[in-house]
Amino acid sequence: MGAGIVSYGGYVPRYRIRTEDIARVWGDDADAIKGGLRVESKSVPDEDEDTATISVEAARRALEGTSVGGDDIGAIYVGSESHPYAVKPTATIVGAAVGATPLMTAADMEFACKAGTAGMQAALGLVESGRIDNGMAIGADVSQGAPGDALEYSAAAGGAAFVIGDENVVAEVEDTVSYTSDTPDFWRREGERYPQHGERFTGKPAYFKHTEGASNELLERLDAEPEDYDHAVFHQPNGKFPARVAGSLGFDEEQYETGLLSPEIGNTYSGASLLGLVATLDEADAGDRIFFASFGSGAGSDAFSLLVRDGIEERRTGLRETFEDVEYVDYAQYAKHKGKIQEE
Amino acid sequence: MLRDVAIVGVGQTAFGEHWDRSFRDLFVTAGVRALEDAGVGGDEIDAMYGGNMSAGQFINQEHVAALIADYAGLASERVPATRVEAADASGGLAFRQSVLDVASGASDVVVASGVEKMTDLGSDETNDALAGSADREWEVFGGGNVAALYALMARTHMDRYGTTRRELSQVAVKNHENAAKNEYAQYQNEISAELVESTPYVSEPLRAFDCSPASDGAAAVVVVPAEEATEYVEDPVYVEATEQASDSLTVHDRRDVTTLDATKKAAERAYDESGVTPGDVDLAEIHDSYTVAEILAVEDLGFTEKGNGGEFVAEGRASVDGETPTNPSGGLKACGHPLGATGVRQIADATRQLRGEAGTQVEDASVAVTQNVGGTGGTAVVNVLSDRRSS
Repeated sequence: MGAGIVSYGGYVPRYRIRTEDIARVWGDDADAIKGGLRVESKSVPDEDEDTATISVEAARRALEGTSVGGDDIGAIYVGSESHPYAVKPTATIVGAAVGATPLMTAADMEFACKAGTAGMQAALGLVESGRIDNGMAIGADVSQGAPGDALEYSAAAGGAAFVIGDENVVAEVEDTVSYTSDTPDFWRREGERYPQHGERFTGKPAYFKHTEGASNELLERLDAEPEDYDHAVFHQPNGKFPARVAGSLGFDEEQYETGLLSPEIGNTYSGASLLGLVATLDEADAGDRIFFASFGSGAGSDAFSLLVRDGIEERRTGLRETFEDVEYVDYAQYAKHKGKIQEE
Repeated sequence: MLRDVAIVGVGQTAFGEHWDRSFRDLFVTAGVRALEDAGVGGDEIDAMYGGNMSAGQFINQEHVAALIADYAGLASERVPATRVEAADASGGLAFRQSVLDVASGASDVVVASGVEKMTDLGSDETNDALAGSADREWEVFGGGNVAALYALMARTHMDRYGTTRRELSQVAVKNHENAAKNEYAQYQNEISAELVESTPYVSEPLRAFDCSPASDGAAAVVVVPAEEATEYVEDPVYVEATEQASDSLTVHDRRDVTTLDATKKAAERAYDESGVTPGDVDLAEIHDSYTVAEILAVEDLGFTEKGNGGEFVAEGRASVDGETPTNPSGGLKACGHPLGATGVRQIADATRQLRGEAGTQVEDASVAVTQNVGGTGGTAVVNVLSDRRSS
């Protein structure tokens, strides 16, 4: 059996803000925004939550109930575009928290929203080459959207962790393909607080071109068709893009609905496609095939073909059930949680 | 005119969001297509006029006429190339200058082109560039961007003549329907009035789908002396009149905010010169930068009386099978509106109609009018074209 996902865990903060509450502050038409983005609400971190705490929570959930201990993890990669430190890794914090230090390697990854899958590929390579037994890849963000920017309606918080190994694999990686180009659709320069974006340029020449590029290449290499898959998960910056790219590739709603979380929790950036995969693995049965493609601005997409194996039942995490216990905040509370207003 | 002029070639790029194509790529494509259509070689070209509103703001490039000549491969031929600017009437004006150049006897073969590359900028910068067509000091600094000024015209028209919100929507519905068969149009999808009315306000009462989009694109046409036209092509289109008029740049200084006097005067002159009456017109390509602009235009061009423009469109009289079809191409709303290219695109579309080769073809089209407006109406260019040489 080939290497793949041994266990996984996702975490989304329990606070939510509704699209209406953001639209009210900026004088926007909430119905038009919901119709355009297909996002009803988004997750909001607590005041003391950041990418490090979210990563640790996701990592602990991934290890809970498994036989993988901290000592068994030889590498930890944390992908995010909101690492709490510009210089000093988040991955060492996670390593210490789960007891994986000191005989391990750790590094932070950045590739906009696809840094988490870049970490999965790196860990997979180390496992397949025999250098480590298990690696952990995390994608997490407390993403930033400037006040009044369109991003404010979607920029959310959350993350997911995956243990990659070649023993007790519950989702084997059949193959993975990356499609990358230098495309400046979305960026945040050193020292800037909020990212900037190229508006409609983030769509066709960025998200769609790269997601379709990686996905079609993977299908071709595997000589597979969309109907060969039971589930499909795509990066979800909103509710519209993943549905549209699924349609253009030939996947239907039944295949992607399980992993589509953005209408409820918004865009968790580096966590977004990974959380969609967590929700899908929670529902998948042994023998199911999962198509999975991330997207990161800048730009690139990593596509994976996964084959679900026996033992998946014991690894399920009940991510969707955690969404039942939520607390809605208004814009002022949201602004405080996000540090947009601060006590003097 | 000292001598009659004819159109022997037209070409354009598709209009839309050309993320992967540059300014120069666009005009070269349109130009080559026009020359191929005319069967004219580069060494035969005597002069070029290029319409462009704001390459300086959109792509930080000025001196675009020389750039066009250079990338058309004509710099080595030393062909004179002139940029013409009158906001989004730049294309119409480039065509008029080309016609006058041939009419005067100074040149025999002239290429009129128009080009704009708008999508390199974000919406704030794009809106700022667009606002340059209004009076920066007296309108824009006070919040009067172009959409707001057209909204003011729409409100006044609605208040004074009972024009309805639904009638505005019908303009967009008709133009999308017409564009469905136009391979060059940015939007080839049909839309409903309800959909138009569900889009967000841009400036009340105008909603997003009342506005023409930001677009990339280029168009070009070749003009020659009428007496030599059949040496180039079998079916030349004749320029019966090309006229232009100005008005106060600010809307508040106008005689009447529900009339574009520049359009009205240019049309009067064009009808006089050509001997054509509004009733003779088989189709018109008009400047619907906003839906209300088409309602004003059908009045100002004399297709219906002042105040009746909304009804004229809503009753189907401007539809492709109506008494005076307007924008059978889809107009600015559905074709897209790459500012400086639009006036030339209108000539290309009117020419296709008169040749009988348009996507949404008006039956037995023989006389066409084009109307191209700069901003809110400080400049208007009106042309009368015919498939027959009248003089």
